[in-house]
Amino acid sequence: MTTTETTLRLDVGPVTALQPVTLLAALGWFGAAALLSWWPDLTFQPLVRELSLTWAALGAVVGLFGLFGGRLGRAGAWTQLRGPWLFAIAVATVVWTVLTAKTGILPQPFFPTPQAMFEVFLYDWPKMLHSAWFSVLLLGQGFLWGAAAGFSIGIAMGWSRAFSYWSVPLLRYIGPLPATAWLPLAFFIFPTSGSASVFLIAFSTAFPVAVLTWSGVAAVNRDYYEIARTLGASPRFLILKVAIPAALPHVFVGLFMGLSTSFAVLVVAEMLGVEAGLGWYLQWAQGWAAYANMYGALFVMAAMCSGLITLLFRIRDRVLVWQKGVVRW
Amino acid sequence: MVAAALQTVPEAGRSIAVDAVSHRFDLEGKPLPVLDDVSFDIEPGAFVALLGPSGCGKSTLLRLVAGLDHPVAGSIKVDGAKVGDPDPSRILVFQDPTLFPWRTVRANVALGLEAQGILKTEGRRVDAAIRMVGLEGFDKAYPHQLSGGMAQRVALARALVNRPNLLLLDEPLGKLDSLTRLAMQAELVSLWQQTGLTAVLVTHDVEEAIFLAQRVIVFGPRPARIVADLPVDLPYPRHRGDPQLADLRRQALGHLGLEASW
Ligand SMILES: Nc1ncnc2c1ncn2[C@@H]1O[C@H](COP(=O)(O)OP(=O)(O)O)[C@@H](O)[C@H]1O
Ligand SMILES: [Mg+2]
Repeated sequence: MTTTETTLRLDVGPVTALQPVTLLAALGWFGAAALLSWWPDLTFQPLVRELSLTWAALGAVVGLFGLFGGRLGRAGAWTQLRGPWLFAIAVATVVWTVLTAKTGILPQPFFPTPQAMFEVFLYDWPKMLHSAWFSVLLLGQGFLWGAAAGFSIGIAMGWSRAFSYWSVPLLRYIGPLPATAWLPLAFFIFPTSGSASVFLIAFSTAFPVAVLTWSGVAAVNRDYYEIARTLGASPRFLILKVAIPAALPHVFVGLFMGLSTSFAVLVVAEMLGVEAGLGWYLQWAQGWAAYANMYGALFVMAAMCSGLITLLFRIRDRVLVWQKGVVRW
Repeated sequence: MVAAALQTVPEAGRSIAVDAVSHRFDLEGKPLPVLDDVSFDIEPGAFVALLGPSGCGKSTLLRLVAGLDHPVAGSIKVDGAKVGDPDPSRILVFQDPTLFPWRTVRANVALGLEAQGILKTEGRRVDAAIRMVGLEGFDKAYPHQLSGGMAQRVALARALVNRPNLLLLDEPLGKLDSLTRLAMQAELVSLWQQTGLTAVLVTHDVEEAIFLAQRVIVFGPRPARIVADLPVDLPYPRHRGDPQLADLRRQALGHLGLEASW
């Protein structure tokens, strides 16, 4: 008896299936679609019908979540949480359309219309994706080398007096130099512009990682070493199982700093010497005065950088589960 | 069962011979004498308390016995051999539990076995030690999830898992609330009785010293010098209300110059 009752109630569905804000967002997208196709553009714009249909379709999907989101699992939970954002983006899109395509308050071609951006993504995405992939590979290589070098240098500095005697002055003098200052030399010295860029990115990453690792090792509670020693630890154990894990929170701060600076170095290196990647794409688009492509590249670049930072955060959360009160990204 | 896994052979409790030990630190270029001609012997398997005012040099003495520092003058021998480097047979438990925050309770307790490279073969000692201090079910907890008393128990388990012959306790209960403290005092005694090791407890708590130890060595203010050596000839388990304990307490306070407070 009771079982049937519960199933019955489940069939009706919880009252919270309706997501009013999500519905509002759907209305916003329908509005944007209508406005785009019925208010004539100031100048000729491509793909008006296609974009309008896309927005309408988006409105339909969002609307579906608005009506039944409460029963659509994780995706539904997401729209519930992000409903205000979906609505805000719809409104922003309307404003953008009006300011560029419809009234020209923001002049062309410096502020491309939604249709122009749509065209760029529709026809140029293979090239952008390829560029982004190239950038990620270049950055990944440089970052990994730099992180490994910085980490080893930092550990050695924190551990060995002789090593820190010789390395600290060098690090203090050379480290703060922006990696991009090496650029003209690096392109000369290295056989390929790619290897030069890897070096520059590694260089810019290694400095903050080395400094933070060093200070992390220096800040390790002396008692940890004494406890480990009374328990029979060898020097190797003290480094690998005491100093390094204790210093890891600092190391991650260094990795974040290194990753941020390496973005800048990557873009500059690609703009000035490497014949591929998002930086190069930006440069290339500028050569053609293709403003929509430049915005497109910026958009992809932001996604890439944000994605990489998120990845690093995930790794940190995994590695430092034992820490309490860490920032969630 | 539990005790068996951690049992040291009874006669393996270590003897300690402290002979004319003096020690000093350099404090901003000026020598700070901390221990002044300290001599005493401790027989194997004994439970001895070192009692003295805060800052007199008790921790320093314990660190010397552990081998973490070396005395400026005099000699310290454990089982007749001069103390060299720290060794897992003589384990120091600090006032702060100082657990490794990145390790779970289990991994913290396993630290010594891991450092000595015998974790694979002797892993079951870890479970036994965790059970012995009553922390079953907390294996996977991280130190920041433990209360002060639990953390100090983990520190004890981390020491006991090595089957030490000599346990050096530096005010291990000093920072606990009074109820936890009383409970853990009783636990310390039963751990000592089960394992047969030699226990040296540093404390500035007169009551604790007399309640736990078979013998209380009383130190004066810095530089520490022995002012009294009181045997506590009472069987275990002891009772806090025992009039003989009260009498000993009065004596000890007298040696510390605190008679007036009695
Ligand atoms: N590493 C050190 N360097 C300088 N002075 C120290 C050092 N360790 C302890 N002392 C000093 O030695 C004295 C005795 O310290 P300690 O042995 O910790 O005392 P207790 O444990 O009896 O409270 C204190 O005055 C303390 O400041
Ligand atoms: Mg002390």
